Amino acid sequence: MLYVERVFKSFDGFMAVNGAELRVEKGQLVAVIGPNGAGKTTLFNLITGQLKPDRGRVVFNDEDMSQLPTHEICRRGIARSFQIANIFHRLTVFRNVQVSVLSRQRKSRNLFRSAHLMAVEESDRILGSVGLRDKADRIAGSLSHGDQRILEIAIALGNEPRMLVLDEPTAGMSPDETAATMSLIKRLAETQGLTILFCEHDMDVVFNTAQSIMVMHYGKTIIQAKPEEVRGNKDVQEAYLGGEGEDA
Amino acid sequence: MQRSSLNLNVLWPWALILVLLILFPFLLPRFYTYILAVIFVTALLAMSLNIVVGHGGLFQFHHGVFYGVGAYAFALLLMKTGLPMWLCFIVSPFIAAAVGFVIGWFCVRLTSLYFAMLQISLGSLIWAIAFRWYDLTHGDDGLHGVPIPDWISSTTGSYYFILLFVVLCLIGMYIIHRSPFGTTMQAIRDNPARCSAVGINVKRHQLTAIVIATFFAGVAGVLFVVLEHSVFPDLLFWVLSLEIFIMCLLGGWFTFAGPILGAAITVALRTFVGIYTEYWTLILGVLLILLIFFLPEGVMGFIGDKLVSRKR
Repeated sequence: MLYVERVFKSFDGFMAVNGAELRVEKGQLVAVIGPNGAGKTTLFNLITGQLKPDRGRVVFNDEDMSQLPTHEICRRGIARSFQIANIFHRLTVFRNVQVSVLSRQRKSRNLFRSAHLMAVEESDRILGSVGLRDKADRIAGSLSHGDQRILEIAIALGNEPRMLVLDEPTAGMSPDETAATMSLIKRLAETQGLTILFCEHDMDVVFNTAQSIMVMHYGKTIIQAKPEEVRGNKDVQEAYLGGEGEDA
Repeated sequence: MQRSSLNLNVLWPWALILVLLILFPFLLPRFYTYILAVIFVTALLAMSLNIVVGHGGLFQFHHGVFYGVGAYAFALLLMKTGLPMWLCFIVSPFIAAAVGFVIGWFCVRLTSLYFAMLQISLGSLIWAIAFRWYDLTHGDDGLHGVPIPDWISSTTGSYYFILLFVVLCLIGMYIIHRSPFGTTMQAIRDNPARCSAVGINVKRHQLTAIVIATFFAGVAGVLFVVLEHSVFPDLLFWVLSLEIFIMCLLGGWFTFAGPILGAAITVALRTFVGIYTEYWTLILGVLLILLIFFLPEGVMGFIGDKLVSRKR
């Protein structure tokens, strides 16, 4: 479904992404791991168009997307969440999701109908599926950090994506919230058949959830394989797991 | 959940205000009728700016230009061509919107402060044309004695004419405000990057908002001519643009009707304090400082907060 073919991206001479490769098959739950500064977020920004690669291609459903603007990539079916809660903080929770649903329905440019009656059911259903329905009328900026991160995912779901890209969905969450979020992500993958690509710091979380793991180090792909293989891989242990002394 | 459409509870205070406004010319001396008409025109202008500032998050620092372009277009069309008045009336806001499109087309490529700087420079260019092109615009003197038809040239006549069109424009703005487009613009104000990540073409939306806002500014410009029968380059000067901006902040730029209140306060200050001292802006300045400290959401935003907290 998604192929990232040897992409490069440098910032002022620093190679943030240095020939990384990634494959995501339809329906898979894929994780990208790597130490801080390995280039995970940059890679995600290259996939969803916030940044353009210097070299290399991002191919989604046989189409090269590396030069498309962000909103066009989204319209091809890739939605994402961001590492820092990236929501519409003055709007209500409901509106946050509605904006995204309206955009997918191509109704954002409608000037004369009342938005109050549009995309209501679908927005409501999405809020229900992530468990935010009872907070629908709250102003988004007043939600707790954990809820804001969940709202992020709900906004992304509003696009009815074929693939969901989540940049550290549990960053800054308490252990309880992390567990709840991961089970939400698993549930979304299972019930809606979503393809999900995410990156994560917490090793337990990754090895328990992902079907395929890609390990990044200094902007390069070390390996992409099943969790068991990754766990046993020498290079990975040396570069990442061993080096930082984290349990795996 | 409060997602119902318009209900009567919201509507009746507005209807009451409208009835009062219709009766005012019978109750008040002519001078106050005139001042009210000035407030209507200014309120429409401030409301048009707020479409891009409060609901769109764009630093439209030179909005006065489009007001001036609308006014000049109307005056010149009436004076130099034989076109009927209603045709000039319709065409002029579109000319303002066209200028808005051209300036906006360049400006939306930039963000925040750079957007504002470019707009001030391009706007000043248009001011310079109005100021210098003496043969057409009579420069600093402006255009006087614009031939307005008799039936709307009296104070009362122009009052009702202006009231009618301001109300129509406000209804139009309200519809747009509540439309998917309006909702999306508010989302863009809060977070443009997130908007493009949900598939919204941010720049195109912003440009559309600018065209809409400049169209309504053009209407305000036309109504100014109806009221004053004259135009002068000050309408396009950046000082006026700043004043409109302040009205939005003063009234409450995240509310729908806030700028109306802001315009009313500013015009009232200018008129009634202006009688005693030419330094009325001093009081406006002090008000603004107090506002920033105590009512950062503007007067209307403050009232709105109070109402919400009382309901809870």
